[in-house]
Amino acid sequence: MNNVDAVRLALHDALVNDDRTLIMGEDVGARGNVFLITKGFLEEFGPRRIIDTPLAEASIVGVAIGMAMEGLRPIAEIQFADFIYPAFNQIVGEAAKTRYRSNGDYTCPLVIRTPYGGGVRGALSHSVSIEALFYHVPGLKILAPSTPADIKGLLTAAIEDPDPVLFLEHKKTYRSVKGEVPEGRYVIPIGKADIKKPGRDVTVISYGYNVHQALDAASRLEGENISIEVIDLRSIRPMDKGTILASVRKTRKLLIIHEDNKFGGIGAEISAMVSEEAFFDLDAPIRRLCGPDVPAMGYALPLEEEFMISTDRMLRAMRDLAAF
Amino acid sequence: MLAWSGESIQEESGFCRRILSGSLSYRLFRGSTMAKMVTSRAGALERRGLSDEQLVAMLRNMLLQRQIDNRGFQLNRQGKIPFALGSEGHEAIQAGAAMAFVRGKDVLAPYYRDLGLVLGCGFTPLEMLNSMFARAADRSAGRQFPNHYTNRDLGLLSISSIIAAHVPHAVGVAYAFFYRGESGRAVLTTTGEGATSEGEWHESVNFAAVHKLPVVFLVENNSFAISTPQSAQMAIQNVADKAAGYGIPGVICDGMDPIASYAAVHEAMERARTGGGPTLVEAKCYRYLSHSTDDDDRAYRDRAAIEEARKLDPVPVFERLLLEHGVLDEERVKALKADVLRDTNEATDTAESFGYPSPSDLYTNVYEGPYEPWQ
Repeated sequence: MNNVDAVRLALHDALVNDDRTLIMGEDVGARGNVFLITKGFLEEFGPRRIIDTPLAEASIVGVAIGMAMEGLRPIAEIQFADFIYPAFNQIVGEAAKTRYRSNGDYTCPLVIRTPYGGGVRGALSHSVSIEALFYHVPGLKILAPSTPADIKGLLTAAIEDPDPVLFLEHKKTYRSVKGEVPEGRYVIPIGKADIKKPGRDVTVISYGYNVHQALDAASRLEGENISIEVIDLRSIRPMDKGTILASVRKTRKLLIIHEDNKFGGIGAEISAMVSEEAFFDLDAPIRRLCGPDVPAMGYALPLEEEFMISTDRMLRAMRDLAAF
Repeated sequence: MLAWSGESIQEESGFCRRILSGSLSYRLFRGSTMAKMVTSRAGALERRGLSDEQLVAMLRNMLLQRQIDNRGFQLNRQGKIPFALGSEGHEAIQAGAAMAFVRGKDVLAPYYRDLGLVLGCGFTPLEMLNSMFARAADRSAGRQFPNHYTNRDLGLLSISSIIAAHVPHAVGVAYAFFYRGESGRAVLTTTGEGATSEGEWHESVNFAAVHKLPVVFLVENNSFAISTPQSAQMAIQNVADKAAGYGIPGVICDGMDPIASYAAVHEAMERARTGGGPTLVEAKCYRYLSHSTDDDDRAYRDRAAIEEARKLDPVPVFERLLLEHGVLDEERVKALKADVLRDTNEATDTAESFGYPSPSDLYTNVYEGPYEPWQ
């Protein structure tokens, strides 16, 4: 199945198994979500559980927080990650602090799903990466899995989690990435990275669509006798420090790849952490391959292609680091 | 002549006349309104179904609110607490609204100027003082600013200081009542009039209206958002008129009259509890003090206007009304005042004697379970 199928299956299972769950967002009902993820849900579960909300993102999240505080398990959808800005206050100021400010009197078991990322001709407002805007915030969990099996297991874990989770789905992987999904209910623990390909020479840490390009590059480099270890971060917050450090201590070289721009991005924290904890284990400077430091990718194909990191650039960076 | 449509309880009521002839007339009831008005005739005791016991309880609540309010400012001026917020002038609407709240069933999502309302819903003076002193015994364990009440057992939602950010939460709770088919329960959420400028307030009222949810939006209109007057906040005279834009009832009550306030909020809560959907209630009240101990309202308010408004002070006005109508006598009033002073003193002494949270308490309740902060 593909990534869209995996999201749909996890949502469907949750709706079947737990009466407290409901889905709310723009066009999630009759339209079945703009990517057809919730197609058929309205007929199966009814309008009380599949809520076509007014076009107002702050209240999609804000009302869901109230539901969560009152014991429901809302799954809120922001149609595109680019549209999440009006809900920033509710996510950062409210959801992330509900448990903390009430000292545990109230909790906020809420999932906010949203498609992010480019490479689909989405232009300025249908292609951004938002993870760095939120990963600064304690109290939130942020997931960005890249394969059907990880999506199914982590979305299930997110829905069952007692705290607010921002669940990021890379649009370019929705239908292009396919894979096996285990039968029946299972969860993948939040906060665990996954070594998608073991290797000896260079550690590559990535998430989302870039993971698949990195795996492609790594497999091509096998022929050049360069062994790349590819780590899929999966969980951005909490971050799996143990898996990252163990890998870096083994390969002694680190390349971080993400589509989001470099300045203050996820790679900045990873490289700072590795510098603090494993500086003397490194044989080369940490390298980051990231989106360019511009406001967004343009609509025109050359502008989008310039923004997105090509597999060729990944190959070059991996070779350079291996040869260092 | 005032003009409004809809059911009118007291046209040309005492409150309207009083206000129109007084210093507050510049802001109240000027022009026309689509909202229903709830007031009492001047000097008349219109019980609205309230017993003597309930009337006395409302007076006691107002006296207690005034006492604890002043205590906060005193403790701040003594250097014992860093900050306090006052709600003087809001006693009547809050005593009335609290009387309309059913403990154990309803949920309250208050704002920070709601001391009397939360006291009337079961929050204790000690809880309030623990919060003021930021003690470990405070519900938030000394994390929250004073007046950011939390008590899940009482149905009091935890709030932040971001204006109107709690209003969608109230709507979410109301949706949960609707979702689980729990008729007979309603959510009361409050703000000042400034909060109605926020997008989240608008989005929340709209969402609740679309789904006909059991929630009451009570706006305690004291005409100032810190220093910004209502005229800089909106181009209309009456917040309740916004209700028409959402397709829900709008009601204006005399927020200086606890009985009219009770009647307006009670009716709205009953409508919500019985499937009638949300109501927007605007209570016209006044803020006698600065916004907080960190504010000095001399920069933006004329002293004479405040002195004039003092003549409408709801606490002595309601006390006189109950005395005149024989609901209680001077002795009982004296006893009530001694009682709330003793309660306030005891709560102050007890809270002051308690300890602060420990530094390690900074690291708990970030997520469920043990937490290792990123280092």
